[in-house]
Amino acid sequence: MMPVVLWTDALIYLLVISMALMLYFQPADGQLREALRRLYQNKMGIITGWILLMFTLLALLDSLHYRPVLPDSPTPQYSIEVMSALDAVLQPLRAHNEKTYSAPLAQHLYVKENVTLANGLVVRDYPRLNIAQTPQPEVSVLLLRGTSWGMAAILLIWLVMRLFHVRHTMGAGSWVLIIVLLGTMLLISLAGHYHILGTDKVGQDVLYSTLKSIRTGLLIGTLTTLIMLPFAVLMGISAGYFGGWLDDVIQYIYTTLNAIPSVLLIAAAVLMMQVYIETHPALFDSSAARTDFRLLFLCIIIGVTNWTGLCRLLRGETLKLRELDYVQAARAFAVSDMRIMLRHILPNLFHLILISVVMDFSGLVLAEAVLSYVGVGVDPAMQSWGNMINAARLEMAREPVVWWPLVAAFSFMFTLVLAANLFADSVRDAFDPKGHA
Amino acid sequence: MMAYLLRRLRDAIPILLGVNLLTFTLFFVVNTPDDMAHMHLGAKHVTPQAVAQWKTEHGYDLPLFYNSAHTDIDSVTDTIFFNKSLRMFALDFGAADDGRDIANEIKTRAGPSLAIAVPVFILGLLVNISFALMMVFFRHTYLDGLGVVLAVVLMSISGLFYIIAGQFFIAKLWHWLPISGFATGIDAWRFVLLPVLISVVGGIGSGTRWYRSIFLAEIGKDYVRTARAKGLSESRILFRHVLQNGMIPILTGAVVVLPLLFMGSLLTESFFGIPGLGSYVIDAIQAQDFAIVRAMVFIGAVLYLVGLWLTDIAYSWADPRVRLS
Amino acid sequence: MSVLSVEQLHTRLGKLHLVDGVSLHINAGETFALLGESGCGKSMTALSIMRLLPEVAHISSGQVMLQGEDILQLPESAMRKVRGGKIGMIFQEPMTSLNPVLTVGEQITETLRRHTDTPTKTHHQQAADLLSAVGIPDAVRRLGDYPFQLSGGMKQRVMIAMTLAGNPEVLIADEPTTALDVTIQAQVLRLLREIQQQRGMAMLLITHDLGVVSEMAHQVGVMYAGELVEVAPRDAFFTQPAHPYSQKLFAALPQRNLNKLANITGSVPALDTVFVGCRFASRCDSAFALCHERPPEWTTLGQGHRARCHLLAQAQSVTVTLTPALNTVAAIGSEAVLVVDDLRVHYPLKRVWLSSHTPMLKAVDGVSFSLHGAETLALVGESGCGKTTIGKAILQLQHATAGRVLLDGVDLAALTPRALRQQRAYMQMIFQDPYSSLNPHLRVQVILTEGMQALGMKVDMADLRYLLAQVGLPDDALTRYPHEFSGGQRQRIAIARALAVRPKLIICDEPTSALDVSVQAQIINLLKDLQIKLKVSYLFITHNLPVADYLAHRIAVMYLGRIVEIGRNDEIMQHAAHPYTLALLAAVPSLTRGQGDVRLLSNEIASAAHPPTGCHFHPRCPQAMAICRQQYPRMTQISPTHFVHCHLLSPQ
Repeated sequence: MMPVVLWTDALIYLLVISMALMLYFQPADGQLREALRRLYQNKMGIITGWILLMFTLLALLDSLHYRPVLPDSPTPQYSIEVMSALDAVLQPLRAHNEKTYSAPLAQHLYVKENVTLANGLVVRDYPRLNIAQTPQPEVSVLLLRGTSWGMAAILLIWLVMRLFHVRHTMGAGSWVLIIVLLGTMLLISLAGHYHILGTDKVGQDVLYSTLKSIRTGLLIGTLTTLIMLPFAVLMGISAGYFGGWLDDVIQYIYTTLNAIPSVLLIAAAVLMMQVYIETHPALFDSSAARTDFRLLFLCIIIGVTNWTGLCRLLRGETLKLRELDYVQAARAFAVSDMRIMLRHILPNLFHLILISVVMDFSGLVLAEAVLSYVGVGVDPAMQSWGNMINAARLEMAREPVVWWPLVAAFSFMFTLVLAANLFADSVRDAFDPKGHA
Repeated sequence: MMAYLLRRLRDAIPILLGVNLLTFTLFFVVNTPDDMAHMHLGAKHVTPQAVAQWKTEHGYDLPLFYNSAHTDIDSVTDTIFFNKSLRMFALDFGAADDGRDIANEIKTRAGPSLAIAVPVFILGLLVNISFALMMVFFRHTYLDGLGVVLAVVLMSISGLFYIIAGQFFIAKLWHWLPISGFATGIDAWRFVLLPVLISVVGGIGSGTRWYRSIFLAEIGKDYVRTARAKGLSESRILFRHVLQNGMIPILTGAVVVLPLLFMGSLLTESFFGIPGLGSYVIDAIQAQDFAIVRAMVFIGAVLYLVGLWLTDIAYSWADPRVRLS
Repeated sequence: MSVLSVEQLHTRLGKLHLVDGVSLHINAGETFALLGESGCGKSMTALSIMRLLPEVAHISSGQVMLQGEDILQLPESAMRKVRGGKIGMIFQEPMTSLNPVLTVGEQITETLRRHTDTPTKTHHQQAADLLSAVGIPDAVRRLGDYPFQLSGGMKQRVMIAMTLAGNPEVLIADEPTTALDVTIQAQVLRLLREIQQQRGMAMLLITHDLGVVSEMAHQVGVMYAGELVEVAPRDAFFTQPAHPYSQKLFAALPQRNLNKLANITGSVPALDTVFVGCRFASRCDSAFALCHERPPEWTTLGQGHRARCHLLAQAQSVTVTLTPALNTVAAIGSEAVLVVDDLRVHYPLKRVWLSSHTPMLKAVDGVSFSLHGAETLALVGESGCGKTTIGKAILQLQHATAGRVLLDGVDLAALTPRALRQQRAYMQMIFQDPYSSLNPHLRVQVILTEGMQALGMKVDMADLRYLLAQVGLPDDALTRYPHEFSGGQRQRIAIARALAVRPKLIICDEPTSALDVSVQAQIINLLKDLQIKLKVSYLFITHNLPVADYLAHRIAVMYLGRIVEIGRNDEIMQHAAHPYTLALLAAVPSLTRGQGDVRLLSNEIASAAHPPTGCHFHPRCPQAMAICRQQYPRMTQISPTHFVHCHLLSPQ
């Protein structure tokens, strides 16, 4: 196989590595450590943190892309289709494609077709699903089996920990892990025999689509703020610190950007990008590269509409910090402006930046769905909750109603956003305990 | 007052120019009119003649900034920048791709947009403030805790879900209200009620949470302690002292969006088939009608600046410290 | 029979003992002053009485008897009748304690409506009468004003009027004048005293200021770490304070004190400390074994005079040993280190676009003085007089509009940035607030070395340790963060930071005004010792005349951006010539003068944005003449070192 590194893959791994480095090399400064300790003591923070971590792991797996070797060729040839590590893991879900809709845990298709019976008779009936061709065990049996696997796994972990004398007290995080472990085992035991969340219009497993959509949601939620973060921080701090004409220029820039309704700015930019992609097809060697470019561009353009708030906040805070005595003291020592900003101003804004990044996350995940509905979201070929909802909402008019793709997309999105919102609250409490009531 | 208005106008012009220049760059410099013609005509029909004709029809056959064919003032005015961007200052938006006059379209569509947006704004403000006050009144009890959790849950639900679920249950399953459409006059209420309800419910989560934090911040202030030391009852403190101070940030925060109500709501209008400006924008985006998008960007910017100006006025009206000094 | 008596009051906040067994009694027409340093629980005692504690704190036991009724047992609705009706309360911060969006009239009539049965129609008139009663002129018009339109002193008067509206029998005043300037403080204190006498109210006055106690109190209670350690009638307390802590408080006060100020070592213990013995034992010079083993009981010393101290219980008298001031006063150098010549700092009040006429705030308006080697010049004035701006302008942190600042003969404003950089090592600053003057994210070592590195000096660990030892901090302080230190220790770090670059001049901007008396004494002593040792000059900016007197060789008095009088400290303190200096001196609450009446300034401080014509001081001056309204007085020389700007003293 041949590894493929997409732009967003590189960025997300860069992000993970820099966060790990930051945590490892954190200044032994009492405040960050204190805040992390407070966060660690907050039960809600722990639970939601673990849930977010699970989502992140799936997204990271989905960000390891490669092109598999085509099986039947004498010289090694690579498939044109770009796969990810997550696709490999979820192979059981991809193995049985159906013709079209089927309900969760169903054995038959959702629509009637001409079915040839064993006796050669052709009747109009609900055909059996591909996945149900081999004998299907009862759902209850599979559930039982999954539960026992889960129990066994937990027991094993416990034994290993006893063996190596790992001291551990059960906390909220452990319970989340146990539930996740059990859930995973249940999914594994069911997945080979049933479409747990049904299939969509083209017969693809809905569980697979929702899991694949996690990466898109997370990328939009994180890259968007992080891409524009350096600009927001640099401009906010220098506007507040230097004042004068620089302040005027920066204020003019963000007022102008703010004046444009963000949906329209995003729409205009995305439409223009579409024209650009269409008129320069040679620049993108695969469809994956094209959808990836579009995703990255979307992150940038949402970022452009989104950074002004943070910039304004930082400018205001810098104005206050600039007058603080320790900044005056540094100036009295002829410490250079650059150094004052790096050493005295930025560290004291760090918690605000972090809180704002975390608080923005959930809003951006929700925005992705809306933008996809408007038609200026991610590439229609890309797996995303927005695209899933957009494709499925028309089926609400159908009789009987096809509800599962919508419910699946909404509930995964809801879980992620709720966890992110609660986590953001915990982060804010931990980093800014006096900042709000 | 006159001087104030003039100063506001003076500050607004560079910003509108900036907005204009930005959209102009996006629409005409990043992609040339030729690119657009190619896209609109589709791959099959691209002949140089067709492109030239498309450009002439839509007025894109001019130079961008400077027309060397003229020597007089026309060298500046007979350009794309002047015709497509600067003319918007005179509210001359030209025609859409389908040939209809944009300004006229905007006029007829503003009404339906307002019919939804204004009730949502007023009702939302009332509902959110009432819930927030209730939570603050019962602060440190389970009721407040429950309210906070509920608010976070509500704000974690996608806006699309509120609309789809609302339409499905209330209109499709239970047939209480029509699923979509619009009527003028008194009949409009049947079509307006559902979108308004859904929008208000969708906004409760974040609104209530925000207002609650404003009121809680006020309740921690010294003047509230003074009011308690005077022997006032908790409800009087809340409704007279805290509400009045909390209304300053709430009102000024709400006033910014007031002019933008004209623009309507993209999602609600498009889902409920309301012929307002929100659905106009969505249709334009889906039809890739750039003339409409440009016009709406300009109008949006103007309305935003009006909003900032109204915020100033609201501030000085609500806060005696600003009003009297 | 006391109007208010508190018995064994205990207030907790989680593990913290905010108030620990306080008992006190106040009679009608009497003032009980609760004296103590920050965090000793005096405000919490007041809030416990009012049952207005923060929601996280609670009263765990005790009684508060108001006219024989335990108000801690009342239901909340009945308690609301007591609050504002029977007990009124005035808070420390007049700026934030009034509702900013309601008019003064609305806030007063609200109390009237709540607590009186008079018809609503009369409330407006009653409110106006109350305002007149607290000395606000033009009361009817003032009713329509919002709090922000009033000065600090006026706001505190409104607070008092609002409290009086309920016609209370007990008045609790929590540091009512701490946020006010000294001349305004004197006015408000007098008002409180008069009102109390007229109405025969009982007053619980909470303060950290011995001078205020002396002027106001009939009874004194000294609080330390949540409990009362001494209760005494005023005269007994001021002639013979019994508890070692009380004695130390007196000895730490710079009031024409010829002795070295007493250091109370260490700081107030944390509130969650579990005490075994006497709470003060760890800081007490006279402590012996018993003090660390058993908490002392009350010992009665005389009529109404009690103290908790094992020494007193054993009938030994306590005397705090005082060190006489060092005689080796640093010899003042003959060369001027700093010359300030006609310095002006003007700010535009608001940016007016394309307008040549911008109203200017003349924060500093033509100030000249010089400062010699190893000399201390105190710059004294009330808030808004421009004293801090002068400090910043000298350091070139603030652009001067005109005038020259010569450091060792070098004109700082004329220097290139690079040359100015070299001069920065010679002048440093110590700030008022030890919390905002140290970056919380940096270790002490980084804080100390930052300036040295910026100025290209070699950093040597031995030097750093010596520096810390000089300001009395342990070596291990280097690796710690500012939040691990108390306020006084932080101020020591700030001093060490300034000393690190070996400056000739240190500008001290109110370095002790955020500190408790005992800690203030430590810092003042330290500054004085360092001057003798290092021959450094201080420009000491302060509003506190006694501190200036104790520390400075010369004092300059400022009013609205100008120096009105300058002279040696004895010339200013004992032979002041300018009416404003005299008024400042009279306004300082005195320990010895008692409750006698002195002539106080009547008006408020004018704003520097709109200074009065002629002599800035004339609207407040009791001796103003016609010429004072027209012409700013020229400088008059009284002695070779004593100069004053006043028409009364002009030769003609």
